[in-house]
Amino acid sequence: MALPVLGWQALVILVVFGISLLIATYSTYAERVIAAFLQDRVGPDRAGPFGLLQPLADAVKLFTKEEFFPAGANRALFVFGPCLAMVTALMASAVIPFGNYLQFGTTIVHLQGIEVNIGMLYVFGVVSLGVYGIMIGGWASNNKFSLLGAIRAASQNISYELAMGMALIAVLMMSGTLSLREITLQQSVPGEWHFWNIVKQPIGFIIFCVCAFAETNRTPFDLPECETELVGGYHTEYSSMKMGLYLFAEYINVFVASAVMSVLYFGGFNFPFQYELRDFIAQSQGAVTAQNIITILGVVAVFIKIFSFIFFFMWVRWTLPRFRYDQLMRLGWTILIPLAIFNILLTGGLILFNVIPPVSSWWVQ
Amino acid sequence: MTFAERAYLPAIFQGLSITLRHFFSKKATIRYPEQTRPFSPVFRGLHVLKRDELGRERCTACGLCAVACPAEAITMVAGERKKGEEGLYREEKYAVSYEINMLRCIFCGLCEEACPKAAVYLQADKMAPPRFERDEFVYGKDRLVEPVAPDSRSKRGIQLTPEQAQTLSAKLTQTA
Repeated sequence: MALPVLGWQALVILVVFGISLLIATYSTYAERVIAAFLQDRVGPDRAGPFGLLQPLADAVKLFTKEEFFPAGANRALFVFGPCLAMVTALMASAVIPFGNYLQFGTTIVHLQGIEVNIGMLYVFGVVSLGVYGIMIGGWASNNKFSLLGAIRAASQNISYELAMGMALIAVLMMSGTLSLREITLQQSVPGEWHFWNIVKQPIGFIIFCVCAFAETNRTPFDLPECETELVGGYHTEYSSMKMGLYLFAEYINVFVASAVMSVLYFGGFNFPFQYELRDFIAQSQGAVTAQNIITILGVVAVFIKIFSFIFFFMWVRWTLPRFRYDQLMRLGWTILIPLAIFNILLTGGLILFNVIPPVSSWWVQ
Repeated sequence: MTFAERAYLPAIFQGLSITLRHFFSKKATIRYPEQTRPFSPVFRGLHVLKRDELGRERCTACGLCAVACPAEAITMVAGERKKGEEGLYREEKYAVSYEINMLRCIFCGLCEEACPKAAVYLQADKMAPPRFERDEFVYGKDRLVEPVAPDSRSKRGIQLTPEQAQTLSAKLTQTA
């Protein structure tokens, strides 16, 4: 049975959706195990082998908890908040290229939910929508701690989105495209010696990485859910699976942020010597099989990069204490944004004097 | 502050390297039901009523342990040995019932010191397990008397072997 191209893409979207959920599920487990290991403990190991069924047990626990609505809460918005957080988190992974393409006969399947020429802009738009989930949830709770947490989340996300966007502009100046697939492909061109963007944009990567921590509300920037000051921040009043959805959305955001960083700065599905390997396999197996094998290895490569970043997110969480709110704002506005502007100027100068040749033909025109 | 200190990043990487070292270090956890922490050789745990080398109960129900007990946890009823029970009880008098209330017991070991027949011991490798009901903590003879089969007997509790006594005294002088 031959699926039309749209059918294949729908299948890919479903798989990406499933993988996002699976990774978010096991991120909760990984977080606990990594936290334990960093603190010389062993973490959850009772449910199933190595505690691998722990997420399942947690889900059952969350589903069977009492579903609580605070008095005076706006019930509709109270439910809508976590849903929005979850939906926006899940939407972002649609444009991320998890692999090049697979070829079955004449059908070519791109291992990407949907290829749009404004992919990066789409990710930014959807991720910044995510803060509405927190805002609405925090406001609808009718609780001053929730509201303060929500306000913090909003102002923090807006502040760090600026620096993040400017760090990204430097990358876009070199690539000349917003398409994530194009950006990935440009980081490894056959026959040419092309480095991953991290080599060309080290400052940009550091800024982007710091901002990614702030955007996903992870320690050291987890002020919206600062326990010491705000009880639980925006999810103080949430219980049961609505609480679970907020936690889940955070892990999906971590996954998306990791994926975006891998794609933008670490070459996405490219891995060293892939073209040499492809040509070597093509000698015996034919070009199509060789490309398919390279694509599958590329998927493995991109997931290794993503998992490394997720590990880094957790590693940082269990190392650094939380920032103070004024420190957070000062870091964002007086250090990261000027640094990002400097990075844009530096990149522009390097392109102008041809130290970094722009890859795209768009630039030449 | 120097520039390196103000730049955050060097300090952050220093912290990350410390936590990463702990990631690979030996874990302090003891997985309790499967693994147990080794007890001290002088640990005073659950009581046992010993038998002698012929398998007869040593206890003669003299009541000295009950007198010595500061928590008044021990009660007993004495009885006279009948003819034909010589294989069961060593002395002419024996304990018909012997109960220790583990909720009262403070595991001081004074009963063990008071016993003239070397019958009651506090095992060094066994604790009174938790229960749901209070009356389950009153241990009768059924749970206190040592089983007859010698290989299922407690490995500790009776006098230390000469080697054990030596290592123990060496340990004690070391700490003192």
